[in-house]
This record gives sequence, C-alpha cells and structure tokens, in this order.
Amino acid sequence: MRGALMRKGSVRATALLLAGGLALAGCASDEDGGGESNGGGGGGGGGGDELRIGLAYDTGGRGDRSFNDSAYAGVQAAIDELGGEVQEFSPNDGGSDRVEGLATLAEQGYDPVIAVGFAYGDSIGEVAEDFPDTTFAIIDSEVAELGIDNVTGIVFAEEQGSFLAGVAAALKSQTGQIGFVGGVESPLIQKFQAGYEAGARAARPDIVITSEYISPAGDFSGFNDPARGQILAQGMYDGGADIVYHAAGGSGTGVFQAAVASGKLAIGVDSDQYETVDDPAQQAVIMTSMLKRVDNGVQAFLTDFAEGSVEGGTDTRYDLESEGVDLSTTGGQIDDIQAQLDEFRQQIISGEITVPTTP
Amino acid sequence: MSPASPGGMGAVRRAGLALLGPVLALVVALVISGIVIAAIGEDPFTALQVITNLGETPAAQVQAIVVILNRAVPLFLAGLAVSVAFRMGLFNIGVEGQYRLATIMAAAAGAAVSLPAPLHVLFIIVVAMVVGALWAGIVAVLKVTRGVSEVISSIMLNFVALGLAGYLLTGPLRGSAEGDGIVTTSEIPESGRFPDLTGVLTGLGLAEPRSELFGFLVVAVVVGVIVSVVLARTRFGFDLRATGLSPSAATASGVDTRRMVISTMLLSGAVAGLIGLPDLLGADYEYGTEFTAGLGFLGIAVALLGRNSPLGIALAALLFAVLDRAAPLLQFEDIPASVVTIIQGTIVLAVVVANEIARRLARRSAEREGARATGAPPEGGGGSGPGTPPTPDVGPDGGHRIHTGVPGTPEGARP
Repeated sequence: MRGALMRKGSVRATALLLAGGLALAGCASDEDGGGESNGGGGGGGGGGDELRIGLAYDTGGRGDRSFNDSAYAGVQAAIDELGGEVQEFSPNDGGSDRVEGLATLAEQGYDPVIAVGFAYGDSIGEVAEDFPDTTFAIIDSEVAELGIDNVTGIVFAEEQGSFLAGVAAALKSQTGQIGFVGGVESPLIQKFQAGYEAGARAARPDIVITSEYISPAGDFSGFNDPARGQILAQGMYDGGADIVYHAAGGSGTGVFQAAVASGKLAIGVDSDQYETVDDPAQQAVIMTSMLKRVDNGVQAFLTDFAEGSVEGGTDTRYDLESEGVDLSTTGGQIDDIQAQLDEFRQQIISGEITVPTTP
Repeated sequence: MSPASPGGMGAVRRAGLALLGPVLALVVALVISGIVIAAIGEDPFTALQVITNLGETPAAQVQAIVVILNRAVPLFLAGLAVSVAFRMGLFNIGVEGQYRLATIMAAAAGAAVSLPAPLHVLFIIVVAMVVGALWAGIVAVLKVTRGVSEVISSIMLNFVALGLAGYLLTGPLRGSAEGDGIVTTSEIPESGRFPDLTGVLTGLGLAEPRSELFGFLVVAVVVGVIVSVVLARTRFGFDLRATGLSPSAATASGVDTRRMVISTMLLSGAVAGLIGLPDLLGADYEYGTEFTAGLGFLGIAVALLGRNSPLGIALAALLFAVLDRAAPLLQFEDIPASVVTIIQGTIVLAVVVANEIARRLARRSAEREGARATGAPPEGGGGSGPGTPPTPDVGPDGGHRIHTGVPGTPEGARP
C-alpha cells in the first residue's frame, strides 16, 4: 500500500518537477535579454528628429556575448554619434510572438525597426506591408526577392571569414586533425562549415576535419546549450583534433571549456571572443575569432537612415573586401601566419577563389 | 476526489472546494510574482496594468483579443492532449514531438495533393491526427508489451521526433530553395487553408484587427466538446477514468487495461497532432525551421492548471495566452519579459500545491462524514498521491495499486 501510494505520488512529483523545471528553464534562457533591456530605454532625449530605433532580437536576447550583443553595439554606436533612443524586444522561447513584437515596435512609432536574425525572415515581409511608412532592416536574411521597398537586408559573407578560419586552423594544427561545432544545422550555419572546410583543405589538402551540429534544423536549443557544445568538442579533442571552430552562439562557451580541459585550441565566432570571455584560462585557448561585424552593418544602416539614403528593397552584403567579416588577432596567436592569411584574403577578394556556401 | 466517494458532501461545498485550488493558486502566484517584480526594482502594479490593458483604441483591443485567442487555441489543444492521458494516469510528455512530426507530415501531405477546399482541409487534419496518434502509439506499444514507462519513452521519442522532423525538412520534404535562410516545406495551396474568422468579428461590428483570427478556433471548440463528452458520457470514457483512479479495480471489473493504454495514447496523440494546425492552416501554410516550438511542453502546464477538465484547460489556455500577449508590451515598460514566465511558472506550481491541499481537505471532510454515517473507516486507499489518509488502512486490493493499469508489467508484480 505504502509503495503503491509512493509510486502514484512520484508520478505527480515528476509532473510537478518537470512543469516547474520547464518554467525555470524558460526563465533562465531569456533572463539576460530581458534583464539587461532595462538600460536600453534611456538612450536619448526623444527629440523630434532623433532616431527612435526598434531592435528585435533573435531567440536568447541580449547578453549572448555574440550575435545579439553585436547588433546592440552597432545601435549604441549609432546613437552615440547621431543621438536617439532604442527600444528592445526579445521574443519568447518558442518564437510565437516574433511577428507581434515586430509589429508592436512599428505600431509604437519606432522607425527604423531592425530585426536581428534570419528567424524574422518569414515574418518581416508581412509586417513591413502592414506598416508601409516604417523602414525595416533584417540581419542575415535577403529581402530583394520580396519586392517590398521598405525593407533592407543586411547579410554577411560568413563563408569567406570562415575560409580564413579554416586556413588558420589547418596551418596551426599539430595533429593534422581539426573540428567544427555548429549550433543548429541550418543553411546559415552550413555556410560557416562550408567555408571552414574549404579553407582548411586549401591550406592543407590532407587535413582531417570532423564537423558536427548540436541540434537538427528546427530545434534551436543548439545555440544555447554549452553543455552539449562541450561534449561534442571534447569528443573531437579526444579523437585527436587540436583546434575546434564553433559557430554555435551561446553554446561556444562549452567548446572553450573543452579546449581548456584538453589543453587544446578553439576558434571563436561573431565577436572577438578573446575580449568577451572573462576567464583568462579561456582567453588562452582562443586562437582567433571569425569576426562577423553585425555592429558595423547595423551602424552603417542607421547612418544611411539618418541621412535619408536608405534605398530599401535591396540587400547590403558585407564580405572580406568591405571588412564585414575577418579574423581577429587579439592574443597574437596567429601573427606568425598573417602572410599566408593575407594571400588567401587577396585571392578571395580578387575572385580567384570562390568560397562555397554549402558543405 | 473519487466519484465513488460517499455522498453527503453538498454539491455547493464540493464546487467551492474545486474552485478553491485555482483561485488560491492564482492569488499566491500573483503575490509571489509581484514580490519578484518589486525585487528587481520595477512597479508590480505597472506590470499588472500592462497585462490587463487590452489597448486604447477599439482596433487595438480587437487586435489584442485576436492575438490572445490565436495563442490560446494551440495551447488549449496541447493541454487537452496531455490531459486525456493524464486522466488515465498516463503522463504523455511526448506531445511536443507528436505535434512537430504531425505538423510537418500534414504540411507536406497538404502541399502534395490537390483536392476541393473542404476535403483538402479535412485531409490535412486527418493526416496530422493519424501521424500524432501513431507516434504516441509507439509509447503505448512499448508500455504494454515491454513495460517501458511512458514517461521515459515519450521524452526519448521527443528527441527522435525532432531529429526526424529536421531530417525530413532538410531532406525529402524540403520545399524551399537551396540556400534560403529558412528551410520550409512547400506551401499548402489555397484550397487547403482554413478560412479565418475575421469576417465574424467585423460582422459583430468590431473594428478590423491587423491579424486574422484563426478559423481553427471552431475546430478546437468542437474537439473540446467531443473529448469532454467521450470522457464523461461513454463507456470508453468511464473505463478510462476508472483505470486512472484505480487500475486494479478497473481490471477487476472487466476493463482491459492494455487495450485502454493503447487507445488512450492514440487519442492523446491524435489531439496532439492538431496542435500545430492553427498556425499551419491559418498563418504559415508551411512547416519550417521557424515553426512555433514548445507548445507540447506548455500543454503540460496548461493541463495541470486546468485540472484536466476541458473547460478548465480552456480557461488555463486563455490565461496563458493573456500573459504571453503581454510579454512584448512589458518590455516596452522596461519590465523584463521573463516576468511572464515567472508568473506562469508560479501559477502552475501554486495550482499543483493548492490542488493537493484542496484534495486533502475534501477527503478529510468526506471521511468525517463517512465515518459518521457508517461508524467505520471509510474508503480505504481511495486516494492517490502523497495525500495519505490519516487512517493507514489497507485497500481492498491489498495494496497492489499501480498507476499504469497494465497487469503483468514488472511494476504490477511488486507488492
């Protein structure tokens, strides 16, 4: 009797724990974005022709030390220069309120409205049509085909920067074996993988590359799961790889931890991660970072907007030539191979090398 | 709690006790959330005002209602799917995987065929229900043949379902062009889309909202009514509830619990299959990497909050939707959107705790009345959960109570 009661009780306890755990998980993952958005509102005095920028983040919100933060840095730089204020919006975990959040920003008079991340690619068209007088921009998604003239696409040649990361990894590898950890197996992250693999093979044809993803397409947990990032990277290091490149957003911390634990090296992504990690032990293993200058793209768009020169309906592409993507040199670990890197850089810019976008 | 409990407790009192749980929980949750908001230096009353204010203009108010209803419909279906299994003592955590897989299959099937309008929609709905049911059926088969706990297998199958959906989406069922940022299935043609209810709103003299009200609302209501009739008024529903309350007693009175596990999981999975359809047939017309996620897990919370009754689940879904709608708006008042998650979490926790308290109170008073009426210890072991009756009597079944209702499983063999 006792045992039977316990068992039934434990089902309830399981249900309770799971429900509570889910709720807590929800809190934890958007805490950074939500919590820090407090400081966002007080940017400017709200003058008549000052910028009133709406900034809609990708899942995870601000505080990811990577992609979203980079967009915010661009907005902040523009505000410092031009004056104005910013209103931030972070979607919920399931992404169900993305459309409504974007529309609410426009409805409340924020102009321009910047959507951070290709996740908005589906919804930006319909929202932009509902608010024809508002100027929209979207990062990582091409809009030229939509034929809506109040949306601008800001896209990056991630494969070109990743190519250089691959070159650096291949040249620096002692074991002849390197790895790639992708966050979510989506076309965007596959661009990173394709460029990285092509670069590594170009520099060293016999290189062995292991590429793995944390989560499959449609499951976005891979961008915010350091534990699984660590497991994948650890497996690669244990298997003989000595440099792992990650394109996994917030999961990258796990890759760095694995590198520290194994005494091997890692390559960061989006921001100069040597600067964004706090831990000196992790700084020591970050050989370089593939910079994707979302901040520059955002700032340039806002400057154009302030000058009234946003064309709309077009895509602006940032590549190696326009320094929209590059490798960071903080820490000095790739200083000795700069000459080779520059050679490949020139070949890509001149069009001698065409970097693939799919693996 | 059990319908077999001796009469004597007034209906009014019973209803009062039934309402006591949720109301108490709501108050406790609001107080806790208020303290949290105050602790981060914001005004709790501003938050409350943002959550309850539907908008200044009539158009904004109608839009707010549309947003709330559009969110509540999938949440209601998710809660319903979870609750059907719950009523039989089965914990279907696999709803998330069931609806994701059902939605992608329905989206692909819907885009692949061409049928006249009503048939096309019906076809998509049937595909979704069948896929959801089959996926949940795996859990049931594992349980009755191998004795695998449905909690474990349904969680595991979520990962398999997400992986499978990802494979299908990027592989055989891919409809979007190579290189597009968002991978989707092909778009469902006009004839396969569900007409929206915006006309009804404007017909009622309301302002025209920016978004369209999901026509699937009607389906959700019909499904809710059907499920509640099936549970309350049919032999199947009686067997299901009886097995949930006491599997051994149900078996003793001739219920085939193995068959019940399978049919209940099939029903739960079929309802789960519908969860993605409001979005699919009302807004997106394709399944893609950006398709709304997490509804299956939210369904567990909604079912707990709604105490497994279809009407309660409808109210719980509406409450969650009202809170979700406020998430973007709270950010505009510099209040973190996590406040919404905190409120939802505390409500669910508080409801579970309050339900338990209300249940103990109800049982104690029933026992008192029973004792007065018969002079003997009442209703041995009629309860469930940690609410151990004050009299440690042994039930008529000798304590062979299992929550699963499957005789012959290792669980059942244990004394």
